[in-house]
Amino acid sequence: MKQLNSILFLFLLSILMVSCGEDDAKSRDSRSGGAMASNAAERVYVAPGEHDEFYAFLSGGYSGNLTVYGLPSGRMLKEIPVFSQFPTSGYGYSEETKPMLNTSFGFVPWGDAHHPDISQTNGETDGRWVFINENNTPRIARISLETFETEEIIEIPHSAGNHSSSFVTENTEYVVAGTRFSVPYPQEDIAISEMKGNFKGPLTFIAIDDEGRMKIDFQLKMPGFNYDLSHPGRGDSHGWFFFTTYNTEEAHTLQEVNASQNDKDFIAAVNWKKIQEYVANGGGQEIDAQYAHNVYDHETHTATSTMMNKVLTVDPRDVEGAVYFMPTPKSPHGCDVDPSGEYIVGNGKLSTDLTVHSFSKMLKAIENKDFDGDAYGIPILNFESTLAGTVKEGGLGPLHTEFDGEGNAYTTFFISSEVVKWKLGTWEVLDRQPSYYSVGHLMIPGGNSRKPEGKYLISMNKITKDRYLPTGPELEHSAQLYDISGDKMELLLDFPTHGEPHYAAGISADRVKANSRKIYRLDENKHEFAATSEDATKVVRQGNEVHVYMTTVRSHFAPDNIEGIKVGDKVFFHVTNLEQDFDVPHGFAMIGANTSELLIMPGQTKTITWEPKKAGVWPFYCTDFCSALHQEMQGYVRVSGKNSNTPLTWTLDGE
Amino acid sequence: MKISGTIMILGSALLLGLFFYPLWNIRLEAPQYPDPLGMDIYIAGIEGEEEFDIQNIDGVNHYIGMKKIPKPEEMWEFNVFPIVIGSMAGLGILLGFLGFFGKISPHWFMGWLVLMIILGILGMYDFNNWLLDYGTDLDPKAIIKLTDAEGNPLNYKPPLLGSEKILNFTAHSYPRTGAYMMFIGMFLTLIAWFAGFRTVKTKK
Repeated sequence: MKQLNSILFLFLLSILMVSCGEDDAKSRDSRSGGAMASNAAERVYVAPGEHDEFYAFLSGGYSGNLTVYGLPSGRMLKEIPVFSQFPTSGYGYSEETKPMLNTSFGFVPWGDAHHPDISQTNGETDGRWVFINENNTPRIARISLETFETEEIIEIPHSAGNHSSSFVTENTEYVVAGTRFSVPYPQEDIAISEMKGNFKGPLTFIAIDDEGRMKIDFQLKMPGFNYDLSHPGRGDSHGWFFFTTYNTEEAHTLQEVNASQNDKDFIAAVNWKKIQEYVANGGGQEIDAQYAHNVYDHETHTATSTMMNKVLTVDPRDVEGAVYFMPTPKSPHGCDVDPSGEYIVGNGKLSTDLTVHSFSKMLKAIENKDFDGDAYGIPILNFESTLAGTVKEGGLGPLHTEFDGEGNAYTTFFISSEVVKWKLGTWEVLDRQPSYYSVGHLMIPGGNSRKPEGKYLISMNKITKDRYLPTGPELEHSAQLYDISGDKMELLLDFPTHGEPHYAAGISADRVKANSRKIYRLDENKHEFAATSEDATKVVRQGNEVHVYMTTVRSHFAPDNIEGIKVGDKVFFHVTNLEQDFDVPHGFAMIGANTSELLIMPGQTKTITWEPKKAGVWPFYCTDFCSALHQEMQGYVRVSGKNSNTPLTWTLDGE
Repeated sequence: MKISGTIMILGSALLLGLFFYPLWNIRLEAPQYPDPLGMDIYIAGIEGEEEFDIQNIDGVNHYIGMKKIPKPEEMWEFNVFPIVIGSMAGLGILLGFLGFFGKISPHWFMGWLVLMIILGILGMYDFNNWLLDYGTDLDPKAIIKLTDAEGNPLNYKPPLLGSEKILNFTAHSYPRTGAYMMFIGMFLTLIAWFAGFRTVKTKK
């Protein structure tokens, strides 16, 4: 009966969808006729209970996190903690996740998240992982798109300002991490004024295995320029990586002026396949390094932090034909490669023009040794010989470019605050739309892969001002959604974003949503302190440390009464959620604990510590409204004086 | 009698489907469970439609003080039903063979069907009793105790057949593949009797 009903329903739905499609086509026609008022609201409306077509992963910038949005609705679906402590879930507070934020500098509670990028297979986004870089204390994180949790963080040694990162090659062979600030390599105590020639800009290539596990394969010891952004080659240019540079002047003070003197900086073209081979054959030199490699395990529900002490460094001059510089005007920022892999776009941020290099011309120039000198022994290719074309008068202050897969490119102009559409090959400007205000990055789902899904574009803006109801001096940033399926871009929606999104990555929901986990299996829980049934709950004292093996299920804790805790003890609450039902988390909060709450997903175990300072009877409770009896989900800990003899007991329902 | 015997064998063999497919299914739908919780009732035990459905049904039911869904060893039915079904299928097949070779009258087929119907009714009666017990024998310490207009405790018995609203849940109770195979099988044995009866009559 039910099946029959659902078949009928599907049938009706398909009729509906077909007719909607017709409406859509009609309205599009009338739009191109220019007569009809916009039906933007309809086109971004995702009816209650329905799902968005795309996932968008926006970096949270100085929030240190990654936010997940649905497109076209612009609804925020989740904030995933990555580089910053997150009291909502206990990330970075719980004993299990504190190691995730460990670095060679010790525990760092905050990070500046920048450029998310989705793993790729054959040049297409595959929906396995999102990688994202931390700019301040250089790190790269990997987030699983099964659990939507951070699974791994690797620190990048010898780097500073990890900015030209974390872009993936077309089969996720490597994730790169470049250095924005040149620094002594390795670090040493020298006068800042001796920077020129002495500082370096190491570019780190992190190999990714089939499970996603990251391992630094090599560091390329590049001249001490500022490596700003990068993108991998694809198609024919697969095997190459391109990095924009600024401050080739190597100025060390008032860079605003002194790093803007050269008419041209460079795009560095790195043939990583050559270096990979060189390294595989024993090339390179192992040097001392100190960096943390943090891995979270979904079975033990626990992260481990391992301190590594060596890294392989490669002098680019030792590998013949591995690195070339392509002169690129006006301190280029974004470095973007079109879906075919032929065009490399340098977004000269201090000009009105975009410089586009041709990969095939670059190969020819290399073959003909068409050089214009060298920089620290690295050949500089003749500007004219790699130039494919220039996009003239696009706007002012070009920053980033994405592609729609239909032969068009879209560039953001920060100073003139607009998104400009232009044509690859003819370099003519086709359309421009204002953004509100001062757009930084833009994103088209799959826009930096071989197969962009060119239906929507979002611009991520640095200045919000009057776009929303005012909220005092501090505002969330704003983003705009444009429909780019027609000849002209159409602004459909404005939505606030969290932190400061530097770049985003988008993907068809179909490639991700079926893999999204509902629960963690209790029978796979290998946490050292898990109690996977109420029978296994207990309280164990080891000196002044007390371990509480606790469970939660709708709607009680086991145990819920604990006596025999003393002032000066350190109590570990190891809380296991016994539920195996989708979306039934339980929370745990203890009065006066100098840490966050725990939010525990079904089948998971998390731990916080509590050091009671006063004798008395102190309550704890569930913080997540888990059920109708949520308010009753509470318990007590009796704390006695330091020298008391209260025996250690734990009970549930008096037993 | 060859056709009649074959149909009898086929019909009673269809009963064996009950060893592989569920007999009955009860689904619980609620606002919080857009994907309903469901249990498949086999002759040898109850299984969740999804891996954790039984655990989650028990979790929900504990609020109103219902007992946990029984495991196979907790109900004699789950031991006896497979024996009864197996024996009836075996008996039916045997009768079919005997009929095929003309050793017995087709009225034996009718006899088998009558016995099967009696057993079936007894089975349904027992199943209904279990549902009634399950829906009314509640823990006196239940968290939520609701009464009807006369002040009697609310009856949470799921329907034997059909859909019914129970608090925030709608319970749907319908036969499943195993039962349909049994019904078809029983109908075939009726045809077997009818076909056999007619051949015997024409011969006379």
